[in-house]
Amino acid sequence: MTFDEWLRVDRLPHIYCAGCGNGTVINCTLSAVDQMGWKKEEIVFVSGIGCSSRAPGYIVTDSLHTTHGRAIAFATGIKMANPDLKVVVFTGDGDLAAIGGNHFIHGCRRNIDLTVICMNNMIYGMTGGQGSPTTPRGALSTTTPYGSSEAAFDLCGLAAAAGANYVARYTSYHVKELTLAIRTGLGNPGFSFIEALVQCPTNYGRRNKLRQVSDQIEYFKSHAILAQKAERMREEGKKIPDDMIIIGELARRNRPALGVRK
Amino acid sequence: MSRIDFMQGNTACAEGALAAGCRFFGGYPITPSTEIAEHMAAKLPKVGGVFIQMEDEIAGIASVIGASWTGARAMTATSGPGFSLMMENIGFAVMTETPCVVVNIQRGGPSTGQPTMAAQGDMLQCRFGSHGDYSIIALSPASVQEMYDLTAEAFNLADRFRIPVFVMADEIIGHMRERLMIPDSVHRGERKLLGKGNLPYQADDDLVPGFPVFGKGYGVHVTGLTHDERGYPCATSPSVHECLVKRLVDKVESARDSIASCDIVNPDARVVFISYGAPSRAVEQVLHDIHNDNVGHLRLKLVWPFAESLLSRFSNAETFIVPELNMGQMAREIKRHTNRRVIPVPKLGGALHDPFDLAALVEELL
Repeated sequence: MTFDEWLRVDRLPHIYCAGCGNGTVINCTLSAVDQMGWKKEEIVFVSGIGCSSRAPGYIVTDSLHTTHGRAIAFATGIKMANPDLKVVVFTGDGDLAAIGGNHFIHGCRRNIDLTVICMNNMIYGMTGGQGSPTTPRGALSTTTPYGSSEAAFDLCGLAAAAGANYVARYTSYHVKELTLAIRTGLGNPGFSFIEALVQCPTNYGRRNKLRQVSDQIEYFKSHAILAQKAERMREEGKKIPDDMIIIGELARRNRPALGVRK
Repeated sequence: MSRIDFMQGNTACAEGALAAGCRFFGGYPITPSTEIAEHMAAKLPKVGGVFIQMEDEIAGIASVIGASWTGARAMTATSGPGFSLMMENIGFAVMTETPCVVVNIQRGGPSTGQPTMAAQGDMLQCRFGSHGDYSIIALSPASVQEMYDLTAEAFNLADRFRIPVFVMADEIIGHMRERLMIPDSVHRGERKLLGKGNLPYQADDDLVPGFPVFGKGYGVHVTGLTHDERGYPCATSPSVHECLVKRLVDKVESARDSIASCDIVNPDARVVFISYGAPSRAVEQVLHDIHNDNVGHLRLKLVWPFAESLLSRFSNAETFIVPELNMGQMAREIKRHTNRRVIPVPKLGGALHDPFDLAALVEELL
């Protein structure tokens, strides 16, 4: 596949900062969609507000760039009204877990047949680096200048508990695994949630001693631990350090899905 | 054959929507509008449509907008608190030019207010409630029959202008039961589709661009950001923004005389009631009781955009009396357009105006 075929090349250059991890996720998503063999006219990308949510504007399919936090609710209407469409949501940690948290858990509960891809950069990038619900405890942001005193959300744990059929987490380091996870999510009926941790050198890395893009990718690599290994460690009574990132497939089941043509 | 039925206003609203081809309802229960959702939940699956109860009203209107982009006629119904929650996405529907119908069975506000009592306190909110400059259409039924007829017509107007259209009813009209005639079929306008070779937001002479239905190969980008004719974000160009917002306003405002819908009684009268919705019933009683050609009535079925030319139809009018179930929301609009005397008759609390009080006021003026 060539990316030109999937991108609105007349919209380039894009708005993403140099070194942004979102491009990797867009790349993985388009690869996965291409592998599915879907026609462009049967796919709709939907998004809310934030850096992640600008992605659909660069893709040639029909796309709906909606209001902050509400992408899943809009996508639910599209999918319910026309189940023949393949509906993919791009979102970010602020969009999904803060303002959109309610729509997120209800999408999972309904198990509506959407693939939701969260580019989690642990910060509000678009507005200049404010703390988000996934900003790690202690991390610096413009609204947590003394370090965040709040716990970060486990988005995958939330999705799995709320009933999503497929849940996976990778990072911008894990390109192949992430592509495969998105592809699995696209093919899986029901709510598929894929969290991709991404670097934001401009607004997260810069304030958190991860100034170089490679520093944050190296961080993802060294702190990632496969779900199976984490499970084994738990069974052995070993403590998993708080800063470890549990990656892999975190839920896969076959609850009845909504928005699938009977 | 048309048939005669007897039903509640809210049920008639749902039936009118179904007759108009509405095939998607997304909403959230709220008194006094809930019967609309309940009726749609029962009926839509039987006609191949979709009913979905969303997690809140924000999601309700969002799902309706999403459904509309698949080409479906889509609606939601709510009341005050839910209406307030919908405001941001109503602005999104305006900016993206998404046809949809929002029914507001108004109750007493502010806040939780009077869930089971009638009001018309959201008439300015429906016109101005979302941020930024824009224009919309609002209809106001005054009978169960009009709950059916005007809801059906709301879908035609929404498709024609590509805007949210509001059915601004109230608890009295929503919950009362009366006779209505259900026609064989209702007039169904078409949503003009995007023409081949046209840019997605390139407007025709009517200032409305053709609609590119999702899933048909248009490959259109739809955004709430200020966008150019390609639909691409263009949020920092003053001229693109000015041009877009002016068109969004003008496409509705330039049509306000041609879409005006009202009943006029005694156009030569010296004292003229102007009403919409439930208070029209009290006014009709006054006209019936005093039976005087010097007392007229302008009953608005289409409230927004307010067609000021209607006022000049009453060339002898010295006074306009405007009874409303609010503190004078439309009276303010009417005052703006006439040098003649305008007397607001505000009424709060949920009870309708007493026709005797209105008649007494008329007698003082004559």
